[in-house]
Amino acid sequence: MASGPIAIKRALPGWIAAALVAAIVLGTLSAVAMRAEPGRGLGPAEWAAIRFTVSQAVLSAAFSVLLAVPVARAFARRRFAGRRLLISLLGAPFILPVIVAVMGLLAVFGRSGILNETLRFMGLPEVSIYGLHGVVLAHVFFNLPLATRLILQGWQDIPSERFRLAAQLGFTTRDIFHTLERPMLTRTLPGAAAIIFAICLSSFAVALTLGGGPHATTVELAIYQAFRFDFDLGRAALLSCVQIALVGTAAIAALKFSTRDGFGAGLDRPVQRWDAAHPLLRIIDTTAIALAALFLLLPITLVILRGAPALTSLPTSVWAAALASILIALISTVLMLALALPLAIAAGIHSARLETVGLLGIAASPLVIGTGLFIVINPIADPFALALPVTATVNAIMALPFALRILTPSVRDTHANYDRLATSLNLTGFTWLRLVLIPRIRPNLGFACGLTAAMSMGDLGVIALFADPQTATLPLQMYRLMGAYRMELASGAAVLLLGLSFGIFWLFDKGGRARADA
Amino acid sequence: MLTLDALTLTQDDFRLTADFKIPTGTRAAVIGPSGAGKSTLLAAIAGFLTPESGGIRWQSSDLTETGPGNRPIAMLFQDNNLFPHLTAAQNVALGLRPNLRLARDETKTVSAALSRVGLADHQSRKPAQLSGGQQSRVALARVLVQSRPLILLDEPFAALGPALKAEMLDLVAELLDETNATLLMVSHDPADARRIADQTILVADGTAHPPTDTKALLDTPPEALKAYLG
Repeated sequence: MASGPIAIKRALPGWIAAALVAAIVLGTLSAVAMRAEPGRGLGPAEWAAIRFTVSQAVLSAAFSVLLAVPVARAFARRRFAGRRLLISLLGAPFILPVIVAVMGLLAVFGRSGILNETLRFMGLPEVSIYGLHGVVLAHVFFNLPLATRLILQGWQDIPSERFRLAAQLGFTTRDIFHTLERPMLTRTLPGAAAIIFAICLSSFAVALTLGGGPHATTVELAIYQAFRFDFDLGRAALLSCVQIALVGTAAIAALKFSTRDGFGAGLDRPVQRWDAAHPLLRIIDTTAIALAALFLLLPITLVILRGAPALTSLPTSVWAAALASILIALISTVLMLALALPLAIAAGIHSARLETVGLLGIAASPLVIGTGLFIVINPIADPFALALPVTATVNAIMALPFALRILTPSVRDTHANYDRLATSLNLTGFTWLRLVLIPRIRPNLGFACGLTAAMSMGDLGVIALFADPQTATLPLQMYRLMGAYRMELASGAAVLLLGLSFGIFWLFDKGGRARADA
Repeated sequence: MLTLDALTLTQDDFRLTADFKIPTGTRAAVIGPSGAGKSTLLAAIAGFLTPESGGIRWQSSDLTETGPGNRPIAMLFQDNNLFPHLTAAQNVALGLRPNLRLARDETKTVSAALSRVGLADHQSRKPAQLSGGQQSRVALARVLVQSRPLILLDEPFAALGPALKAEMLDLVAELLDETNATLLMVSHDPADARRIADQTILVADGTAHPPTDTKALLDTPPEALKAYLG
């Protein structure tokens, strides 16, 4: 352990960072609360938004989790070439820009998508992707992989000796399900569902693109509409309070259920299953994995195929937006580091409770913080002129909880293993940071930076609230192109955005792992 | 002279007292049953544990309030004595400059120390590329460049085989001959004590006893030690 004064000195910046985050989040929340006009009460439109938000989240969570069970089971008991690759691809939606995924889903399920072309060809009635089922479809697209990872983790937590014992005792697949798998599922599924429910509550970009109208508006989207279309700050603030209550409750519930982060370390270890050799089970598992892969990969493949030819003819407005997005992503990453590193250090030495400060960002959704920041900034400066810095700040705060989960354990390990040595050699302050901590946690640092940069790059949230027509990030520019039915250009922008998001993640992640040793 | 002045150390419900002096240049083994507080005693002397009462002095200066890095002490722990991401030379250099910004003659000192422990050709290797014995040598080279008058060893060679451990202890003895430093060495093996420590501090029953002649102590052990030696 670090001795008293050094520990306090090291933790101090962390407490300052914690205070800063708390000030931004709680400050904007109270600004929102003060601006809200509770006297007006909730009208029918607000109640409709609440109902829609909750029901789409319930449906999204239920479908994601139920569909994930056969996929996770297939991954758990099969080994095949490409299994590892597919499992790591399950982590990809985390950094996949929502707007790109929506574009891909439109290419499959949209009016002129593959599905409707086929239906038309067969003389069957078309289906529409807009509305409740479209929103749920997109949420399942994003959360099926997450659910699969969480449930697969549950499967891997069953010791392989149990399966060996079961095989020795001559258990059938049904017996194994009853004695081993069902208890695991009853433990795992509620937690996975709670997390996905909480995530879907603050859905904005999906609702913006596939929802809309009185019957398919989330609270988050209603905040945006009150703000942008009616410029009714009081109503936006009131809706923000509703959203805080909704998401806050769900986030607390989800945290109670979950002890895992879902990044899934060690998921590539298949367990030998003696019961699974049956041909019928083989067919079921193969089908589950094939369908899941098709559902997840086809939309993105279509976007790439359609967009790639348009890459060369993108207008300067798209390139300018791309530049703005890169800038925002980098600034967010720097801000995230400035907050997360001191917080992780303090949480590593002192109390894990500090880590929960980072979670504040989850309880308040981006649009709520955005509304709050607008209310705070409006009297002193032109909020629209500050669109890019505000977006970078909010993105950094949104990435903070993930970054802390990645960084804190490695900081704690470094302390446990090398603190006495460092102290006895008088390695303190910035020297300690440079020579001990940073090199030790480099891979985690790279991963956290990559995640933050990619999430920020693909974010379509606060920027929609703050941007004037001359300002745009790449996701916003893409949305505008889609709104103007410039689908070819939008596809081109989607490919560019996809490349930038995954590219920046790869660069940071690779940078962290390079020269990493022992 | 190292003075432990009516020292009382507590950790939860564990309690250890020590009240004696160790003359400069002494080589003392610290032995006793496991859990008796051998490592606790060294941790307190090194500054990792604040005493409940009493004081620690080196020559005439009071160390009780001094931070671990500022005490006239070089210490090796049971494990994690080297940073895995730094080379052998860098690990040694930390003993001279914690920020690794060495002057030219200091770089020479580092090379000389590594040569002294027989690792002249391994300067740019990282710990993972060195054997267990070589890693111990790097740590000893750092102790050498630190050139502190008091050296504390908390069983750093426990993981090595008997022959290698004896080799390391002989190397420690040679280094002490050259520097005339004072040594406190935790060990659970009486043979280690006989090998290089003329004095032995027995830690048992909540007390660290004053150093006595190693041979006499081991040949006619008191009850507490007899039970441990078997």
